[in-house]
Amino acid sequence: MARRIGTEVSLAVADAVKMAAPDVISAYPITPQTHIVEELSEFVANGELDAEYIPVESEHSAMSAAVGAAAAGARVYTATSSQGLALMHEILFIASSMRLPMVMTVANRSLSGPISIWNDHSDIMAERDIGWVQLFVENGQEALEFTWAAFRIGEDKRVMLPVVVNMDGFIMSHMIEPITIPDQEVVDAFLKPYEPQIKLDTADPVTFGPVGVPEVYLEAKKQCEQALLDSKAVVSEVIDDLNHTFGRQYGLVETNGAEDAETVIVTMGSLGESVMTAVDRMNANGKAVRQARIRLWRPFPVEEFMDAVSGAKKLVVIDRAISPGSVNGPVAQELKSVFYGRLDAPEIVNVIAGIGGRDVPVDDFVQMVELAEKGELAETYTLWGLDSDA
Amino acid sequence: MLKDIDLSGVDKTKLKEIHKMESMVSSGHRACQGCGEVLAMGMVTRVAGPDTIVCNATGCMEIISSPYPQTAWKVPWIHVAFENAGAVASGVEAAIKALHRKGKVSSKPNILCFGGDGATADIGFGSLSGAMERGHNLLYVCLDNEAYMNTGIQRSSSTPYGASTTTSPCGTESIGQHTQKKNMPRIIAEHGVPYVATASPSHPTDLMDKVAKALAVDGPAYLHIYSPCPTGWGSKGEKSIEIAKLAVETNLFPLYEVVGGRFGFTKKIKKVKPIGDYLKLQRRFRHLTEKEIGFIQQTVEDNYEELERFCQATAKCEE
Ligand SMILES: Cc1ncc(C[n+]2csc(CCOP(=O)(O)OP(=O)(O)O)c2C)c(N)n1
Ligand code: SF4
Repeated sequence: MARRIGTEVSLAVADAVKMAAPDVISAYPITPQTHIVEELSEFVANGELDAEYIPVESEHSAMSAAVGAAAAGARVYTATSSQGLALMHEILFIASSMRLPMVMTVANRSLSGPISIWNDHSDIMAERDIGWVQLFVENGQEALEFTWAAFRIGEDKRVMLPVVVNMDGFIMSHMIEPITIPDQEVVDAFLKPYEPQIKLDTADPVTFGPVGVPEVYLEAKKQCEQALLDSKAVVSEVIDDLNHTFGRQYGLVETNGAEDAETVIVTMGSLGESVMTAVDRMNANGKAVRQARIRLWRPFPVEEFMDAVSGAKKLVVIDRAISPGSVNGPVAQELKSVFYGRLDAPEIVNVIAGIGGRDVPVDDFVQMVELAEKGELAETYTLWGLDSDA
Repeated sequence: MLKDIDLSGVDKTKLKEIHKMESMVSSGHRACQGCGEVLAMGMVTRVAGPDTIVCNATGCMEIISSPYPQTAWKVPWIHVAFENAGAVASGVEAAIKALHRKGKVSSKPNILCFGGDGATADIGFGSLSGAMERGHNLLYVCLDNEAYMNTGIQRSSSTPYGASTTTSPCGTESIGQHTQKKNMPRIIAEHGVPYVATASPSHPTDLMDKVAKALAVDGPAYLHIYSPCPTGWGSKGEKSIEIAKLAVETNLFPLYEVVGGRFGFTKKIKKVKPIGDYLKLQRRFRHLTEKEIGFIQQTVEDNYEELERFCQATAKCEE
């Protein structure tokens, strides 16, 4: 029988990883990700999880060991945040270029300096182009279920790519939520054991990570990009099955609110939950507003996004990272390029909010919509909540 | 920290048998003529054999053996980056351990790691130290050509005093490298690793015996192989083995092993040659004056004496 328990989201993620039966976990501590791997190491120590736990000496090595383990044919898991993700940077590209499935939870956190342990998306936005499948979850239940989905997507023979599950640090990772944990059999039916297509095998030797001369490098890159683009269909398929298995309604881009709304708020990650409350409140007050929540960030689901915002005249795009020197935050940049040149393109206004853990209460979204509709938000971007003395 | 590890049962390499042992690095690779690193790699893999997985750091040996679509490797091989061979090998080892336990793989291959001195003593030092300290069952081999050769002969912390490199050039105000070579085998031995040794391709049976012992111990092992580089040292390709031999015969690079923390020479030089014999065959040292050569000679003697003291201090009482 499925159990419904009150638990910290990090611990639920650790449970999900345990139920996915990884062979190797390699990790290095960083707040706010630590509770996940602490819990996993306890499972291993108590014999509840039959896996090798490698307590490496840095995140660079965590990712390097993950690459080695995945190349040897293991199901691999790691988790990190912020500076840790930045330290992995070099190896993240190599993991995807070698087409090695593995799952990494990123408890999103701002980057130094000044040092801040709190949430925003600047860590993952600096890693946009690593060639991994990237998902964003909004609450604990999703964090659990998308961990299994991530293994299944990455390990699918049509994909063979590493997958990041992004969840907001603290706001989600440290939240205690009611979470339904299904029976192991249900998970086993959803996520089959991993069968690597290619691995370091002395019975059938292969060379991983060779030199790419100019005559082959571009082709190799194109193949990786194509694999990522093609993964979208598999992500859809896996999410459909996830919906079927667990009784959900997830999509690549999810919407909520008035279907005829001309203004749509676009979010990624846990702010979507606050926006949902704001949108419901505005709808109840007779104001037609909708929200679009981007669940799949890489590969970017262009068609699904277009469908989700069809009919909109104005998009209020909430970014949780600054792209210094650019005209927009990363999500708004993405959406502008998606719409560029289209006659039906909505106006895109960009609000950068919740930086470095700054609170964004529900009322603020109502205010953002009002200002956007009056044309009072900046043409480039508005840094929400900026201390005017700064 | 001293431990008794019995390696007496490990087979010794017979000189006449070496040609029958197959190298896992095939000919046709792109190393320079007389490259000590590739020679050493051939010797190591002759002992390790086909049931071996190789993890290679970025550097000469990775570049010369893997330009796609060719490969010189007859065993599974992985290159990830410059500074992480130790960590990659840790992952491979852990995966094999878990998969073997779960019955998903049948063999337990040797896990070998190759890194240049830069990959070992400098940028990859942390990941190597981590792999050694955590006790993974793998053999890390440092191919020490005493500089970053792949990027064009830049100094490393393993470059010896007085050597001219492109980032420690000799000039009117400099003798070239003005620091002493980092002592990697000793540093790794201090990790409590069960087997650590130095070796040279000029002494193939000694080298290969050490590989066999390193693979026989349970846990991590480290081999530091002296690897002449004609390109970087300004020496003649056909002189590489002679130079390597002179490094041993001058006591510049003593051949020893550390088994369970106990130091012991594997070759004692009866008639020690002067360091000048060694230095004069290499352009990287040609600017040195008699005074500096005298200083290097003194350093070699001091280092050797210190090593002798280590051997005495850690020897078993009954011996
Ligand atoms: C992070 C990083 N920094 C620098 C380099 C450039 N690089 C590649 S190989 C190399 C030097 C290798 O030297 P060493 O490890 O001594 O091996 P050798 O080539 O001498 O065998 C350098 C600096 C790199 N690949 N990655
Ligand atoms: S540069 Fe030196 S180490 Fe590199 S392949 Fe040539 S001889 Fe070998």
